[in-house]
Amino acid sequence: MKAFSYHRASGLEAARQQAATTDAAILAGGTTLLDLAKCEVARPEQVIDITRLPGLDEITVDAQGLRLGALARMARVAEDAAVRTAFPAVAQALSLSASAQIRNMATIGGNLLQRTRCAYFRDPASFPACNRRTPGSGCAALDGITTNHALLGTSEACIATYPGDLAVALVALDAIIHLGERQVAATDFFLLPGTTPEREFALAPGEIITAVTLPASRAARRSTYLKLRDRASYEFATVSVAAGLELDAECRVATLRVALGGVATIPWRARAVEAALTGREPTPEAVREACLLAMQGATPRPDNRHKLELAPRLVARAIETLLWEERA
Amino acid sequence: MTPLDPTPRRGDAGDGLGARLPRIDGRAKVRGAASYALDHPVEGVAHAVIVQSTIPAGRVRTIDTRAASAAPGVLLVLTPDSTPPLRAASTWTGEAPTQPEYRPLEHTIRYTGQQIAAVVAETLEQATEAAALLRVAYDREPAVAGMDDPAAGEGNPLPPLAIERGDAALAFAGAPVRLTAEYRTPREYQMPIEPHGLIARWEGDALTIWEHSQWLDGMARTYAEWFGIPFEKVRLISPYIGGGFGSKALALAHGALAALAARQLGRPVKLALTRPQTFTAFGGRAATRQVLELGATAEGRLLAIRQRGCNETSVDGVWIEPLSSVTALMYDLPNFSSQQHLVPVNTVLPFAKRAPGENPSAFGLECAMDELAYAVGVDPLALRLRNHAERDPQSGKPWSTRRLREAFAAGAEAFGWARRRMAPGSLREGRLLIGWGMAAGTYPVRRSPGEAMVRVLADGTVEVASSTSDMGTGAYTILAQTAAAVFSVPLAQVRVRLGDSSLPRAPVTGGSQMAGLMTGAVDKAARAAREELIGLALTDPRSPLRGVANTLAVEHGHLVPPRGEAPPLPIGALLTALGRDRIEALRDTLSENGLTPEDRYRAFTTVSSMRPPTDGDYSMHSWCAHFVEVAVDEALRSIRLRRIVTAFDAGRLYNPKLAESQIKGGIIMGIGQALLEGGMIDPRQARVLNNNLADYLLPTNADVPSIEVISVGEPDPHASALGGKGVGELGIVGVAPAIANAVFHATGKRVRELPITMADLV
Repeated sequence: MKAFSYHRASGLEAARQQAATTDAAILAGGTTLLDLAKCEVARPEQVIDITRLPGLDEITVDAQGLRLGALARMARVAEDAAVRTAFPAVAQALSLSASAQIRNMATIGGNLLQRTRCAYFRDPASFPACNRRTPGSGCAALDGITTNHALLGTSEACIATYPGDLAVALVALDAIIHLGERQVAATDFFLLPGTTPEREFALAPGEIITAVTLPASRAARRSTYLKLRDRASYEFATVSVAAGLELDAECRVATLRVALGGVATIPWRARAVEAALTGREPTPEAVREACLLAMQGATPRPDNRHKLELAPRLVARAIETLLWEERA
Repeated sequence: MTPLDPTPRRGDAGDGLGARLPRIDGRAKVRGAASYALDHPVEGVAHAVIVQSTIPAGRVRTIDTRAASAAPGVLLVLTPDSTPPLRAASTWTGEAPTQPEYRPLEHTIRYTGQQIAAVVAETLEQATEAAALLRVAYDREPAVAGMDDPAAGEGNPLPPLAIERGDAALAFAGAPVRLTAEYRTPREYQMPIEPHGLIARWEGDALTIWEHSQWLDGMARTYAEWFGIPFEKVRLISPYIGGGFGSKALALAHGALAALAARQLGRPVKLALTRPQTFTAFGGRAATRQVLELGATAEGRLLAIRQRGCNETSVDGVWIEPLSSVTALMYDLPNFSSQQHLVPVNTVLPFAKRAPGENPSAFGLECAMDELAYAVGVDPLALRLRNHAERDPQSGKPWSTRRLREAFAAGAEAFGWARRRMAPGSLREGRLLIGWGMAAGTYPVRRSPGEAMVRVLADGTVEVASSTSDMGTGAYTILAQTAAAVFSVPLAQVRVRLGDSSLPRAPVTGGSQMAGLMTGAVDKAARAAREELIGLALTDPRSPLRGVANTLAVEHGHLVPPRGEAPPLPIGALLTALGRDRIEALRDTLSENGLTPEDRYRAFTTVSSMRPPTDGDYSMHSWCAHFVEVAVDEALRSIRLRRIVTAFDAGRLYNPKLAESQIKGGIIMGIGQALLEGGMIDPRQARVLNNNLADYLLPTNADVPSIEVISVGEPDPHASALGGKGVGELGIVGVAPAIANAVFHATGKRVRELPITMADLV
């Protein structure tokens, strides 16, 4: 591990200035940073510790919505009773993430910024070609083993999957990412790889996530997060779905929010599914048909074709679950 | 008979053998007080890090060490150019080396992940960073990534493994029912939670090594031969092991490098592999492939099996994963033909992982038997009973004991197998498809000699010492129980020392032989010490019991005249009266294994003394039957286990609690094999992509259902001195096929390649 200089930030503004230099890394929970440093992907010169900054770890739920301080630990948010009631998809996504040990350390802001689990990205010594890591170097994954790679939002430059769970719930529920004064919609925060896969987040140099807010809504209150994987715990999603639903007085779909994880280069909002059901009566046939749109535009690879089948089924399961809860 | 208060007892067998007691090392382990190899504090220790090849085949042209050597704290950089050769050591099977020298670092690259350099620095972080600064230039050559690589070909035949019994081709051709299927298992890795590593320290020409070891004497021999020093000059210390599963039995290249660096630097060196490095620093289970052709009568009586299999080996070494080991003997099978090829590929030489051979062998056979059951419309359990072998069909010898029928009956009863409906997909709960599957397993009884010292001290304490090791299985506890039984003392009065090569000798803790051989050695030594005590008590002029009787019993730690001729005398009081601080006996079981004292060094430091299961008048094996229930989500295809019942015959259990725990551990490992584990090998770099515990999936607690384990064994007088058969490797054998069969019962889909995942069921 490369030696680095450690700075304990005295305040947010100082941290921003320190982090603005190249080769600086922010230390929040450290779970991803340590992992990436061990595999030589992260080699920071400066580590800026923001863990002691006051006021960044609060969890607030009120009539307007939810505010999560960037330094709130994943485990605390997952267990928060108000979050579980008003934003179940958020709490469920967090409890299905990583392991208990990691959730105890990792923070909300850091979790959103975790890097892909693409094995080629994580092994610079064996696979020098990675556009995400080294722009212009190529993509070793394109001709590699792609079981865990993306089908949606891919480009010729990169097919790496966004690995997180929380972000999928945030994208579904129209969260806002706060970078101090500046605010970015969660749907705009995660960047498609395109020709610049090294740019993963809408973050300017020195910008630090300070909070995440979600507007209260009936769809948020009636939301869920489902995660499909071979191992029952501590595995990244084969497919995950965050969904929120609101029915009108005639039991038609007033609002539907759907996002997918595990299948795309970014947390993937499935707007086609939402549009197909909104205003309609959610009959089993209508739900099934709408869910078939979940993977619209997907480019499967030889090792991940099963996700084409599984993703629509998981979206259907999520919507069925919400309908069942709504009617119960 | 004695006026003593009864000693407090736990369980129904006192503290002796057969008692259901917790591990005596358990408290120290859960409280962090047990010191593992890398925990040992050694003053002035330097830290070594190894560097592995990033190409699968070719040569190291140059390694530019300038930046690394100049990095802070760096003490030494070892490369193929700068590393002096060691002497070659004989093999673990006892064969003399074929070349005079051993080079732990070579220019020739045979696999991705081969060690090519090592860096030693003052701190681990400095060594790690300096290792990243090495600039390696390679000359790359074509490689074979795995046995499915078109360049791999069919491999090389292995004539000694071929079996021709009867005429399998003819019998198969004429069989009313025939089925053919191919079964495949991937590379699997042992992945003990304690990482591999060691601390090496030289004092003059004496080498002390703190290293986890399944085989103290074998590894000490290798170090001694590498460095050209007498065996007695090497001391290997390994009091506790955090799991081995076959991966900690041999001295490995990184061990040689650490010891070499320590000698060169004149200071102790500590080396720990990273988790990714453990995927290639030693061999895991070889990938296998086998085609089985089963011929049977319409009623499902086996007429013939033809087996054509292969396993991966390295390009420069031979590893055999014998695919016929279960196929040849499980069923009454008149015609059997088996051939196996070895396919050299660019991998580290595969090695033993829990039940090598039996495990993939049973996967093929026990899946095929399920397929046969469906082909003839007979319940899978009934089919197995219909083909029950009354004697070993391969050796022709009678079984020593075979309570497989009892295991089938007890497992089926506890599971409720009789309620099973045959048709796939016939059991469901809402969206869940429920499947019930079963399979049998077996593991041979292997026998080697052992040696133990038993010592009785003046305070009544009994000490047991041997270089055998406790991998977390319970050796400390059962050997204490063995001595406690002989002296009739509570367990708390027995102290056990293991895992130090300076102690009396022991062979490899592998092949599930340790418990049987070491209880025998400790029992023998303890009885000898007891006889000496009784003799002294009856004859020594200073003994209060001199001449009171012709013999004495030993009960509750006292010497007891048989008819109350004198009050019972505490063992400690006798020693005090004799002016002795101890009585001790050192005994080995060489002669029981047909070996002379001259064979001694070889017997304990190689596996050449290990007797196969059919050596003698009987064929000796442990047996088990697994019954499993899976639930498969009808739409989402995720597979979850719901319950497992396993009944097993491992002879007498020295401690049922610990034996059952080992069987459960094997079952859990089998769950991983069935549903989760498998090396993902990039075809271009022949590299293990999922070389970490986030991506190489082992079962978590959430993956493990309720497991009921039932022992149906009875003492087997032929298998071991005290009647036990092997336990450790038995539990995993048959788990994967039982799960695969349950998945078929749930879904109607037959998956013949492990692991079975959602993707296979879509």
